[in-house]
Amino acid sequence: MSRPEDLLPPDLFYNDTESRKYTTSSRIKSIQASMTHRALELLDLKEPSFILDAGCGSGLSGEILSSIPDVEGGPHTWVGMDISSSMLAQALQRDVEGDMMFADMGQGVPFRPGTFDAAISISAIQWLCNADSSDVSPEGRLKRFFDSLYASLRRGGRAVCQFYPKNPQQRAMISNAAIKAGFGAGILEDDPETKNVKLYLVLTVGGGDITGTVGGMQDVDVQDARRRGEKQKRGWEFDAHNRKGSKAWIQRKKGQMEGKGKVVKANSKYTGRKRRIVF
Amino acid sequence: MKLLTLNFLTCARKTCKATAASFPLHCREVELEQVEMDPNPLFIKNMLPRLDWKAMKGLTQELGLPQLPNEAPSEEELQGADGEPTQVLNDLHTLLMETSVVSGKLVCGNCEYEYPVKDGIASFLLPSHMV
Repeated sequence: MSRPEDLLPPDLFYNDTESRKYTTSSRIKSIQASMTHRALELLDLKEPSFILDAGCGSGLSGEILSSIPDVEGGPHTWVGMDISSSMLAQALQRDVEGDMMFADMGQGVPFRPGTFDAAISISAIQWLCNADSSDVSPEGRLKRFFDSLYASLRRGGRAVCQFYPKNPQQRAMISNAAIKAGFGAGILEDDPETKNVKLYLVLTVGGGDITGTVGGMQDVDVQDARRRGEKQKRGWEFDAHNRKGSKAWIQRKKGQMEGKGKVVKANSKYTGRKRRIVF
Repeated sequence: MKLLTLNFLTCARKTCKATAASFPLHCREVELEQVEMDPNPLFIKNMLPRLDWKAMKGLTQELGLPQLPNEAPSEEELQGADGEPTQVLNDLHTLLMETSVVSGKLVCGNCEYEYPVKDGIASFLLPSHMV
């Protein structure tokens, strides 16, 4: 399947026809709705909050944010930003409740520090990996976006960005940019190894352990890259114990030689011991 | 664009970030609109500590809206003894949530760049040489 990201820049790709198609397609609507609900679940908002919707498009996800009933902590108030004027025109026609801005995420989020309780972004941030003119780079745009997003969220705030990376490199580039900006970051993968795989980049501002955000959820396996690093470290320590000349190393080598059919001296309590210093 | 949002917007230029004058943005030739909305007392209560009251007061002066008190109302003033929303809360709701800018210009106090607002949508797209 072709990726729209490979065809045109977002402001040109989502022209009037594409925007109308996107907004009226019931399939896209239902996918968007389910992803927004999943993102909200990850944000875990208890009270009516002020939310940034980066890449709001025609306000499909915003609509859901303002329709959350008060028993579930809603309704939320949101501000959306998008680079496609046709998408925003669609949103105006549909008369959504949130405020919208015509802006490029790659130029930063123009809000003062600590503005938002949370941020949400559905199928948008992979567009930041495109550089459409020679004076910008994907890394620069990602840095600008995540740095300003980090600043605009209040302490303890969360951001959930669902995105479609083109390849593992792009996925790493996006998550590394978020980590560099200061976020605690994790990626939640829904339906892994299927065609419908959905990636959610979950970001916290000064909120401690990221794995806590999925603590209450069912059917979520936590794969902690940091913990893997720890295991690797332990492995390395084990290697140090097993270094050349140590008792374990000698015994391993003797075993190997025995396996090859060589004549090897039997192991005893003196094997691999240092000799007593005579003088 | 709600006046609430306006209380958080700053100039998008990198060079303006460090200067205090990039917030608040000043309104020029703006047209206002009142949109009915359901009141959300809890939300207002949550947002109150985050509001920049001085900027809010300056904004109402610029727009020719009724004067605000010098100090931001406290949390207790929002709710009456019987748990009913007070007049203060209703006024805040009308000002922050229901009053919105339909068209005009938002001007940065530092670089004088004008961000146009059309149909309630502000354009913060900068030409690449100004980013």
